[in-house]
Amino acid sequence: MIRFDDVTKTYDRTARPALDGVDLEVSRGEFVFLVGASGSGKSTFLRLVLKEEDATSGAVQVAGKDLRRLSSWKVPHLRRQIGVVFQDFRLLPGKTVFQNVAFALQVIGRSRGSIAAAVPEVLELVGLEGKGDRLPHELSGGEQQRVAIARAIVNSPAILLADEPTGNLDPTTSLGITRLLERINGRGTTVVMATHDDDIVDSMRKRVVELVDGHVVRDEHQGGYVTGAIPVVPAPDLSVDHGGATAVDVPVDGRPVAEQGGGGR
Amino acid sequence: MLSEIGIGLRRNLAMTISVVLVTFVSLTFVGAGALMQQQVSTMKGDWYDRVQVAIFLCTQDSLSASCSGAATDADKAAIEQALASPPLSQYVSEVEFETSDEAYAQFQQQDAELSASVTPDQLPESFRVGLEDPERFGVISESFQGSPGVEQVVDQREVLEPFFAVLNAATAGSLALAGVMLVAAVLLIGTTIRLAAFNRRRETGIMRLVGASSTFLQLPFLLEGVIAVCLGAGMAGAVLLLAVDRGVTGWLAEQVPAFDYITTTDVWATIPWLFVGGIVLASVASLVSLSRYLKV
Repeated sequence: MIRFDDVTKTYDRTARPALDGVDLEVSRGEFVFLVGASGSGKSTFLRLVLKEEDATSGAVQVAGKDLRRLSSWKVPHLRRQIGVVFQDFRLLPGKTVFQNVAFALQVIGRSRGSIAAAVPEVLELVGLEGKGDRLPHELSGGEQQRVAIARAIVNSPAILLADEPTGNLDPTTSLGITRLLERINGRGTTVVMATHDDDIVDSMRKRVVELVDGHVVRDEHQGGYVTGAIPVVPAPDLSVDHGGATAVDVPVDGRPVAEQGGGGR
Repeated sequence: MLSEIGIGLRRNLAMTISVVLVTFVSLTFVGAGALMQQQVSTMKGDWYDRVQVAIFLCTQDSLSASCSGAATDADKAAIEQALASPPLSQYVSEVEFETSDEAYAQFQQQDAELSASVTPDQLPESFRVGLEDPERFGVISESFQGSPGVEQVVDQREVLEPFFAVLNAATAGSLALAGVMLVAAVLLIGTTIRLAAFNRRRETGIMRLVGASSTFLQLPFLLEGVIAVCLGAGMAGAVLLLAVDRGVTGWLAEQVPAFDYITTTDVWATIPWLFVGGIVLASVASLVSLSRYLKV
């Protein structure tokens, strides 16, 4: 479903590549955790899948299409097959829950009728039945994220990308959100979740891909946040709090990587 | 989508108003320039065709050296003969003879008050000579100036030249102003769209992520620009209509009735072009700035 062949991405103003020679394949229907510190390349990975950025070198294939050869006017069609969820939810504050979800269908030109049918169904799926008339600020963080997930999957995309979806949520809510993603995965959607929430990763026992400084250092099935297998590269002490910053202690962009949650690249 | 456009226009009200006003002013100048040019060509066509060279004959009161009393029939016959035969005939397309009575009748028509103070026999008879090439006026002038019975040879275009010069200068001036204003309009539309895109980056960000096509993404912004420009064009059209109706038809044509003037019909014919020009302008400005600030 997603295939990276020796992909390197260097942003214009930086010398160090955000992704460096990444080879990775995610099959249809898989659930993958993408872990690593801030600045390790998780967000860049997601942006490349969405073709928000082009790889500096190497080939990115998504849903059978080589993104290098995908002309810009076909990019919207690619994105209709991919749902995205972010740490900061990105809901439209002036629109109700229903309108926020419907918006995703309106802007791709769906008919009123199909919108009216699809939105309540997906709201029920994410556990928000009866809350369609609420405004985002009237909802809890977890509920807001459910709205964002509903919006991401209302068009039944083949792939769901989640960029630190639990970064703003408490552990219990986070687990609920992850269970929801798992349920969506169970319906056949490929899910890639970038996170540094170790509890979640440990409890789910899914495939874990770990990035350090733009390299894939670990790719385990049924892995935990902290590797149980022999690491590809000798890792430093991994037992520090949250684990998020443990793999790297090199400052990125001048700030220490130990600060968590920024959702940087 | 219409409601989105409305929201966008209102949210950006000050900028929208400035776009409307700048396009209004610039298109008014464009329209005024176009109408003045139309006026010039109407007059030129009218006057150049009608009369080009007038050979005024002596009247009994003439003081010119070549005159000794009114021109005789023999003088007239000689002039007519000269015009009809080579070498002059090749330059001449038509010759009309205007009698004093005809001249008086035309004078009366143009200015009844002034014509009351003269009698028909005070007005000179004349040959009105149409030329194949209006520029060859000199040939006729040289041939007849000073001939017996000829008081004066006048290229009537010369009478009109200063008038046309003023109109042409006014046209050039208003088009130059229009050009400056149009540059301002383009930049302003670009900036407005950039601001609007920035104001709505949350919406457009989501639209991009869920796979809205670039048309769907950019069209509201484009339409906002087009609507603002159309408002400006409509205002410009209204002002031009008013100016021509009150200023030209209602005033100038009464004060100086000798000429044909443009009417509101000409303005109505110009207005669609103001809209077309404005829309093209807005679209180009929008697309340029959208391609920079609203990529898919």
